[in-house]
Amino acid sequence: MDTKSVVRAACAKYGSDRDRLIDILWEIQRASRHINDEGMEEVAAALGIHRVEVEGLVTFYSFFSSTPKGRITIRLCNDIIDRHAGADAVGQALVGALGIGFGETSGDGAFSLDHTSCIGLSDQAPAALINDVVVTNLTPAKARDLAELIKQGASPEELISVTGDGNNSHPLIHAMVSNNIRLRGAVLLHEEIPTEKGLAAALAMTPEQVAGEVTDAGLRGRGGAGFPTGRKLTLARGFPAERRYLVANADEGEPGTFKDRVLLTERADLLFEGMTIAAYAIGAAHGILYLRAEYAYLREYLEDVLKKRRDAGLLGGDILGSNRFSFDIRIQLGAGAYICGEESALISSCEGLRGEPKNRPPFPVEKGYMGFPTVVSNVESLCCIPRIMDMGSKWFGAFGTEESHGTKLLSVSGDCGKPGVYEVPFGLKIEELLQMAEALDPAIVQVGGPSGEMIGRGDFHRRIGFEDLSTGGAMMVFCARRNVLEIVDAFLEFFIDESCGYCTPCRVGSVFLRERIQRIMNGAGERSDMSYLEALGQTITATSRCGLGVSAPRPVIHSMRQFPLVYASLVKERKDGLQPGFDIQRGLDIARKIARRQSMIYDPRFGGKDE
Amino acid sequence: MKRIATVSLAGCFGCHMSLLDIDERIIDLMKLVEFDRTPLNDLKSFTRRCDIGLIEGSCCNEENVATLREFRRQCDTLVGVGQCAIMGGLPVMRNAIMHSDDPLLECLEEAYLNSRLVYNPTNDMPNDPALPLLLDKVYICSQVVKIDYVIPGCPPSGDLLWSVLTALINGTPITTPPGGVKYD
Repeated sequence: MDTKSVVRAACAKYGSDRDRLIDILWEIQRASRHINDEGMEEVAAALGIHRVEVEGLVTFYSFFSSTPKGRITIRLCNDIIDRHAGADAVGQALVGALGIGFGETSGDGAFSLDHTSCIGLSDQAPAALINDVVVTNLTPAKARDLAELIKQGASPEELISVTGDGNNSHPLIHAMVSNNIRLRGAVLLHEEIPTEKGLAAALAMTPEQVAGEVTDAGLRGRGGAGFPTGRKLTLARGFPAERRYLVANADEGEPGTFKDRVLLTERADLLFEGMTIAAYAIGAAHGILYLRAEYAYLREYLEDVLKKRRDAGLLGGDILGSNRFSFDIRIQLGAGAYICGEESALISSCEGLRGEPKNRPPFPVEKGYMGFPTVVSNVESLCCIPRIMDMGSKWFGAFGTEESHGTKLLSVSGDCGKPGVYEVPFGLKIEELLQMAEALDPAIVQVGGPSGEMIGRGDFHRRIGFEDLSTGGAMMVFCARRNVLEIVDAFLEFFIDESCGYCTPCRVGSVFLRERIQRIMNGAGERSDMSYLEALGQTITATSRCGLGVSAPRPVIHSMRQFPLVYASLVKERKDGLQPGFDIQRGLDIARKIARRQSMIYDPRFGGKDE
Repeated sequence: MKRIATVSLAGCFGCHMSLLDIDERIIDLMKLVEFDRTPLNDLKSFTRRCDIGLIEGSCCNEENVATLREFRRQCDTLVGVGQCAIMGGLPVMRNAIMHSDDPLLECLEEAYLNSRLVYNPTNDMPNDPALPLLLDKVYICSQVVKIDYVIPGCPPSGDLLWSVLTALINGTPITTPPGGVKYD
C-alpha cells in the first residue's frame, strides 16, 4: 500500500479525530514501519493541523520512527538490572547473529535492532521486545537461536514455544512471561477474590458515600506520590462540570517496577471494577486505561475482558440495572515515553499531544483530560477500591501502619534468589523483605526505582510506608560486587533519555550531572566535584517543571549521602596540587594534527622535558 | 621576608597594570616582600621557592600549562587574579565554537584566513616551531591546578589587590574595601 492510502485508512479508522493522533500514528507505524515526511503531510492535511504537530509526536515517542524500521523490530532492554543479568552479552550475540548494530536496520528491511528502557520484566531479565512480543530470561545462546529463526522468516509470535503461568498462557496473551508472584496478601493477590461484589456494594450507596468510604479506608495513591485517593475523588466531584473522566495509569515506566503487569494479567476484572466504582464516585461516564506500549502484548486480552464486561452489563449504559449510571472504558496505547507516567503528561498523551507535563495548578481534578475534571489513578490503587467496598474500610485499614493503610505490591528484582511480586502489609522492614527474597549479600537497595531512594546496609531497618520509605513498588537489589557509580550513571542515562526537553534544568542539568559522575568514575574526579554535584542537584530539583527533573539528581545525592567512602576513595586530592581531571596529552592532540609537529614541552622524543 | 612571583598566562596584562595602581604603596610593599619571577623585574625563571604566586589569565596553550604547573610547584599559595584566571574571560570565548567537527581549526581559519578583515595573500597560518601548541580549548586555572584564592574583577582594582596581598603577607583576615569587589 502506498503512503496515501495507509494514512487515509488510519485516519478513517479514528474518524479523523485529532485527539486520537497517537492511535492514528500507531496504525501508520505498524502498516509502513515508519512515518515519513509524506505521511506526516498527509496526516496533517487530513486532520486539518500543521505538519509540525504531527512531526512533534513522531519524534517525541520512541516507538514511532521517521526512518523505516524492520518488519521485525528487536528492542533489547538496557536497564541496569538487565545489564547486570547479562544484557550486554545478549546484545553482542544479537549483533553478531543479525549482522547489524544497535540503531540499525538490515538492508532488506527485514529486521532492526534497538535498545529500550525498562520494559517491566526486571524479574526475568534480560528481556527484549520483538515487535509486541516479549522474550525473557535471554542468554547469548538463546538470542542467537532467536536471531536465526527471525532470519529464516519466523514471525514474532512463532518464537514463543513455552508460555508462562496463569493468564500468560491465555490464548489472547500467549506470552513467555512468568507472573513470579512470590507472596500473596489478602487484598489484591489473594487466590479467591470475589468478583463484582464491591461494585454491587458501591452502587447501593450514593457517590459521596463511596468516596467517603475510600477516604475512611485511608487509601493513598500507589504510584509513589501517595495522594489520598478518596480526597482525589471528592475533589473531582466538587468541581461543577458537564463531563468528568477517570483514567487508570498503566504506564508503569519506572525502571524495576512490574507489579501492574501482574495486576493487568491476573486482576484485569478487579481493575475495571475499581475504575467503574471510581467513575461512579466522581460521576464520570468515560474512562481511559493508559497502557504503556511495552505492555501491548496484553492489549487484546484486556479488550476482550472489556467486551465480556459490556456483555455482562458491567460496562456501558445502565450498569447492573442501576438505571442511573453508565460508564465505558477505552484503552489508550502509549508509544514509549517514561514521562507519560506523570499524570499531566499522561493526559497530554491521551489528548494526542506530546507527552509533556502541563502547568499546575489547575490540577487534573479541576481541569484534566480535554479540560474536564479528571481523576488519574494508579492501577494498584484502583484495584484496592472494590476490595474496600466489599470488605469495608475498617478491614482495609487494619492492614499496615497508622499512616499507610492496606498492602503494597513490591516488584523485587536484581541480586536475589526470588525476584518477583510480593504483596506485603505496609510497615515491612527492608531487611525482612530481603530475607524473603533470598538476597544473600545485599549492599544497596534502590527503593522506588531511579526516582526513589537509594539506601545502604545501615538503612535496611527502615520500613516501607508513606511515613518512611515511600515507593511505587520497585525494589532493586544490588549485591556488594556492584559499583555504586555505575548504577548512578545508568540512572542518569535513563533520565537524560527520558527528559521531555521542555525545561532547561532537567534537559541540561542532568547531562552535567552525568558528566561529573563519569569523571569521578574514571578516576579524574576532584574534591570540588562533590560540592558541585550537590549544588547542581539542588538547583535541578528546585527549578524543574515536573517530577522527572525533581527526581533526576536523587541517585547522585542519595549515593553521596549513603556511600561517602566510595566517593572519597575516588576523589583523592593529589599532593602536587595538579588536577587529575586535566589531561594535557589529550588537550594537545588536535593542535598536533593541525600544526603537523610535536610538542617541545610534552613530547619527550621531541625534546620535551615536562612530565 | 615573603617572596612573591607573578605571571600573565592567556591574559592582557591588565591585572598587572592594576597592581601598579597601588601607586606609592608599592614602596611599602617592597619593604614587606621580595619579588621573584615576575614580568615586573623581567626574571624569566624562579630563583627559589616562593610564598605567594599571582596568576593572571587562563590556559590556552601548552606553555601556559607548563608555566602554571611550575608556579604550583614553586609557590605555597596560588592566587587567581582577575576574570580570565577565574572564568576564562575573553580567551574562553573560543570554547563557544562547539558545533563544528574541528573547532580549533575553524577558530584559526576564521582568525587568519576567512575573516573579511584579514589580508593574508600567502594563506599561511602561524606555525613556527618555537610557537607553543594550542590546547583543544581554553582551560581555566582551577581546571589545571589547585588554586587557593581568587580575586575577581576585570581587572580587580589596585585597592582590592593591595588589601588582599597585605592580608596574605601579614596572615591577617582579608577586609575588602567598600564596593571594591566587582564581578565584571
